[in-house]
Amino acid sequence: MTSYIIRRVLYFIPTLLAISLVTFFIIQLPPGDFITSFEARALANGDQADLERAAQLRERYGLDQPWYVQYWRWFTGVLTGDFGYSFQWKQPVSALLGQRMLLTFLLALATTVFVWAVAIPMGIFAAMRKNTLGDYAVSFVGFVGLATPDFLLALVLMWISFFYFDMSVGGLFSPEFENAPWSLARVWDLLGHLWIPVVVIGTNGTAGLIRILRANLLDELHKPYVEAARSRGLTEWRLTAKYPVRVALNPFVSGIGDTLPGLISGATITSIVLSLPTAGPLLLQALLSQDMYLAGSYIFLLSILSVLGVLISDILLAWLDPRIRYQ
Amino acid sequence: MSASHLGTLPKHIQDELAALEREEASERAVATASQWRLMWWRFRKHSLAMVSLGVLATLFLVAIFAEFVAPYNPMAVHATRTYAPPQVIYLIEHGRLTWPFTYGLKSTVEVETMRRVYTLDYSQRIELGLFVRGEPYRLLGVIPTDLRLFGTRDGTQLISVLGSDRLGRDLFSRMVHATRISLSIGLAAVALSLVLGVTLGGISGYFGGRVDMLIQRLIEFIDAIPSLPLWMGLSAAIPLTWPPLWVYFAITLVLSLLGWTGMARVVRGRFLALREEDFVMAARVSGSSERRIIFRHMLPSFVSHIIASLTLTIPGRILGETSLSFLGLGLKEPIISYGVLLQDAQNVRTVATAPWLITPALVVMLIVIAYNFLGDGLRDAADPYA
Repeated sequence: MTSYIIRRVLYFIPTLLAISLVTFFIIQLPPGDFITSFEARALANGDQADLERAAQLRERYGLDQPWYVQYWRWFTGVLTGDFGYSFQWKQPVSALLGQRMLLTFLLALATTVFVWAVAIPMGIFAAMRKNTLGDYAVSFVGFVGLATPDFLLALVLMWISFFYFDMSVGGLFSPEFENAPWSLARVWDLLGHLWIPVVVIGTNGTAGLIRILRANLLDELHKPYVEAARSRGLTEWRLTAKYPVRVALNPFVSGIGDTLPGLISGATITSIVLSLPTAGPLLLQALLSQDMYLAGSYIFLLSILSVLGVLISDILLAWLDPRIRYQ
Repeated sequence: MSASHLGTLPKHIQDELAALEREEASERAVATASQWRLMWWRFRKHSLAMVSLGVLATLFLVAIFAEFVAPYNPMAVHATRTYAPPQVIYLIEHGRLTWPFTYGLKSTVEVETMRRVYTLDYSQRIELGLFVRGEPYRLLGVIPTDLRLFGTRDGTQLISVLGSDRLGRDLFSRMVHATRISLSIGLAAVALSLVLGVTLGGISGYFGGRVDMLIQRLIEFIDAIPSLPLWMGLSAAIPLTWPPLWVYFAITLVLSLLGWTGMARVVRGRFLALREEDFVMAARVSGSSERRIIFRHMLPSFVSHIIASLTLTIPGRILGETSLSFLGLGLKEPIISYGVLLQDAQNVRTVATAPWLITPALVVMLIVIAYNFLGDGLRDAADPYA
């Protein structure tokens, strides 16, 4: 087990390098070099401080050097927590990341929990009541969930609560807690707002996982060992929960790794529609104003978050299923 | 010997013999049917897939003949109809069925909000008709005509069955044209993914070893990173000065760059399975070149699997384009796609005052569901011997 974990963690290093290369490529994509336009604006405004800043950055990122030198300077900076400088906010990027990435992480975590909590019982139910009205209902909900774009669900939920309950559901905090320090009351307030984005983002993944679990469980339910357990007089629910469900959950755990990237994609667009204080809205803004260090850092961190999730789900799977470890 | 020569036998025995013969004939048909015919028979049984096929075929017809189906030019601005609500089509008047008609809209501008408020004008009865004359256009870009599928009889009155947008443009006409862009971008992106997926998956599965290892790691990497932020980053770099057609192709490219992995997995899996088959070995022993083995012997036996998996990837591309355009990073006016239309429905206030602006999203859902069912049906049919 330990050797598997070590191997898996070591394998994370090339992935990290690959993500950093892709991110660097995106930072470099907009035509021209971004400091030039920053300088031009500073020159037009006669902003001496900004001019100096630009010269510093040019030096810092080696913009007159070949790309691999630039990449290396940027990447070593990122490793030490220096993500560059946001031209729009006139702040170091790292100052803009902390809180938002924390909330993004919380949102992803809460959504994963939601997806598990809903998909497992519904998947088991659909498989055990195969071809009944209940099964069809679950499958139908699953299909609609798969087909509904996240932003549409967000819009419709917002519209309903705006129209019928006369309340605004945007954001993650009530106004009085917006900038308050963390406290129990603030966490409570967060939980009250969190459920809408969680439901919106989770629907898609839930729908997919229900289908996976149902199919897996149906494969297991008619195997001889189930029959054997039944003949010994175990109750139907106990029997199902103890054996086939556990076997059917294996591909399900690896499925978490598959759904997480989609979940983070969904979180990005949903948080833009609901204007949540997470990474999404700032990423969009940064991209639209070509504030590339900020945008790049978000893409980098969101990718890392997702890859880490996949890593954890792989390790979890190896722990659940010994066959994987010894491959 | 056929049943008709046995006229002297009792009726029930005759019937039985006829039934047996029919059964035999159908068995013979199954035994001699081509692989594609077997697939069609299998596919036909999947009723949801058949319905979806019909829905998609209709939508594709609408997309091809968009100018004919749309009553108006999607760009035509009608200043007196900003945010006009959908007009109901009436079929019954004074308790009797009549030719379809609708009532005109009266509008006044509210002074404080500067918004137009619409009421039905019952004095204005507008007759509707099929194949009416409208603004001239070129059908399929060639045939000049002014025939439109439907519209008002006199041609001067307007009918907007799904309401109008911010500039008073007819939403239905715009959606008809959006169908063309959204459906085609799904196909174009998938076509590009197909080339990438088949090439890389084929190399991976056929040669195996170190190359396979490398491509597998690449696929795992691409699947592990969230696609939307990356799509956003890539499409934000498309210069604003580019002509619409270039933007269209750039977005297609962005969407397919990350989308080929599923296809590659399918192709690789099939190659791995087929590599060990006797008929491949036979071809190799009889001296066929690698090229011939791949394209003449292996590829035809999993084309159906590729088609099924292609169908299942299309909705993801369509949703991707819709999301990007909705965020303002994808296609832009004057190109009309469902995402571009939904940009108008970005905030709650607009949605609350003009809820019909959300209808494009319902069509997107319909398209996605239809493709999913169609793909399911095709996947079941892909292996007719199973």
